[in-house]
Amino acid sequence: MTKTASSPRSNAPAPRTWSEVRPARRASIPEGLWLRCPSCAKMVYRRHLEANLNVCPECTHHFRIGATERVLQLADPETFQEMFTNLQPADPLKFKDLKTYRERLVAEQVKTGQIDAIRAGKCFIKGREAMLVCLDLTFMMGSMGSVVGETITRAIEAATPNKAKGYAGLPVIIVSCSGGARMQEAGLSLMQMAKTSAALARLDDAGGLFVSVLTDPTTGGVTASFAMLGDVILAEPRALIGFAGPRVIQQTIRQELPEGFQRSEFLLKAGLVDRVVPRANMRTELARLIDYSGR
Amino acid sequence: MATYYQLDFEKPLVQLDQKIDDIESRIRVEEPDPALATGVESLRSQAQSLKTERAGMLSDIYSKLTAWQTVRVARHPLRPQTRDYIELMTRDFAEMHGDRRFGDDPALVTGMCRIGPIKVMLVGHQKGRETSEKIACHFGCAHPEGYRKALLKMQLAEKFGLPIVTLVDTPGAYPGLGAEQRGQAEAIAVNLREMSRLRVPIVSIVIGEGGSGGALGIAVADRVAMLQHAWYSVISPEGCAAILWKEANEQTNTAAAKSLKLTAADNLELGIVDDVIPEALGGAHRDPKATANSLSDWIVRTLQELKKQSPEDLVNARYERFRRMGQFLEQAPA
Repeated sequence: MTKTASSPRSNAPAPRTWSEVRPARRASIPEGLWLRCPSCAKMVYRRHLEANLNVCPECTHHFRIGATERVLQLADPETFQEMFTNLQPADPLKFKDLKTYRERLVAEQVKTGQIDAIRAGKCFIKGREAMLVCLDLTFMMGSMGSVVGETITRAIEAATPNKAKGYAGLPVIIVSCSGGARMQEAGLSLMQMAKTSAALARLDDAGGLFVSVLTDPTTGGVTASFAMLGDVILAEPRALIGFAGPRVIQQTIRQELPEGFQRSEFLLKAGLVDRVVPRANMRTELARLIDYSGR
Repeated sequence: MATYYQLDFEKPLVQLDQKIDDIESRIRVEEPDPALATGVESLRSQAQSLKTERAGMLSDIYSKLTAWQTVRVARHPLRPQTRDYIELMTRDFAEMHGDRRFGDDPALVTGMCRIGPIKVMLVGHQKGRETSEKIACHFGCAHPEGYRKALLKMQLAEKFGLPIVTLVDTPGAYPGLGAEQRGQAEAIAVNLREMSRLRVPIVSIVIGEGGSGGALGIAVADRVAMLQHAWYSVISPEGCAAILWKEANEQTNTAAAKSLKLTAADNLELGIVDDVIPEALGGAHRDPKATANSLSDWIVRTLQELKKQSPEDLVNARYERFRRMGQFLEQAPA
């Protein structure tokens, strides 16, 4: 698990080992040598956790990770070429709740060092070129506002095959983790659902491949648009995936929710996802799907 | 009039209605007696001036509705629903049930009908009027089978070359156990994708509540309009208040409704809808027929305009319509 398989394609840079990648990741993780796993409550040595892709070595609980770390885990080392970084969130509605949206944006940007809740770009996955889009849960719960919707749409459009131009396109991989639509952009964030889904219709018409990877948590307007539209839908183990949040459902039906409700394994049983894939196998799985699709 | 459910901001009207009722009942009593003819005459003129005053007050109240008050009007129990509009503005409605997979969701009504000179496929949310109907319809919150039924009928319309009319009126898609288990999110997502590439004209009108994905799930259209007092946004004001203000009460709901920019005028300004269709004075519930007429006028006019486009142009223009949505800052790439 700690080494990438070597990639045979000549156009990919030479792969690095995980140990070479690790220092960059470690810098982004806050202090504290030990932490408690929220699932098994055992104390975990942070270095062991990181070396294990942030999966608890005791109970295989998948810790939530940001987009930067996700890219490092999925892309072949140093192959990720980030795109669309010139897009910045605006405050079209002058939204104000207890704080203004503008204040919230600045605070989140300072906290995460990111412009918005997404990173997208071209990369290689085990030597196969792909368009990789990762939502970032650390930024406003990974919510989808105009920037997230626009970035996803541009990434899909840039990867859509175009026969007339002799462009074969790229496989699109979107890793979702999001609380849903971004309330502070109200109706405009709702429209991102239609925009991204329409772009996927075009990708589909052109014969492109879209693999949707669902991670903890994927809910609301993100699930109800691009995230559930994958040609293949993969989910990380025990991820919360649903349309409505469990609290809302509980208030509606006024009874206890069954154990494991809205978790990946529940969705697998309900026929809503193709496979539950542990984080350590995700690269292999993605590479395999790209090969099978011939894209 | 007196049987109307009263909204709190309509209170001044109630007192006037009371006065008008009193005078009119006196007129009825005194009219047969010729000796009281002059008294009746003055009562009549009194009633007339009160009615004028009332109309002025009504138009005043409704021209100054706050966002939260608009939401309350959009939820008025007597507000016309999809089945009322079917009754009022269509002919020869051939209802079609079921998604052929799981069941039939009464919260989404589908069928072919005629509006003016045009044959259309109509799809609309139904909230229900009587308690039993409301419960069966889950108060207009559709299940996945509802969205799948809607798509199946819309694809049938595509096959026959029938334009599609959708009437949106839902607080949101149903949040429940069965709905999740049967793929509520997937059902809505597939509708968004498939509606974007249907090769027939689609028009959508938010007739009451346009609550989030549950509304959008039948509203990916070439032209989207709202009735004057409808609302359309990503979440209900109560939902938004509960999350961002930590509690939903009259005050936070009012603030959330305002922040969400959910009124017809706001949505028009944001470019989310293309037109606002005027309602009868004092809301659609005060004159359903007149509202149905302006609704059907808009539908006929819009469909006749869309009919001129080829299917390719239609689908491309629909893509571009949603492609433009969103506002952000963009720096020139370095």
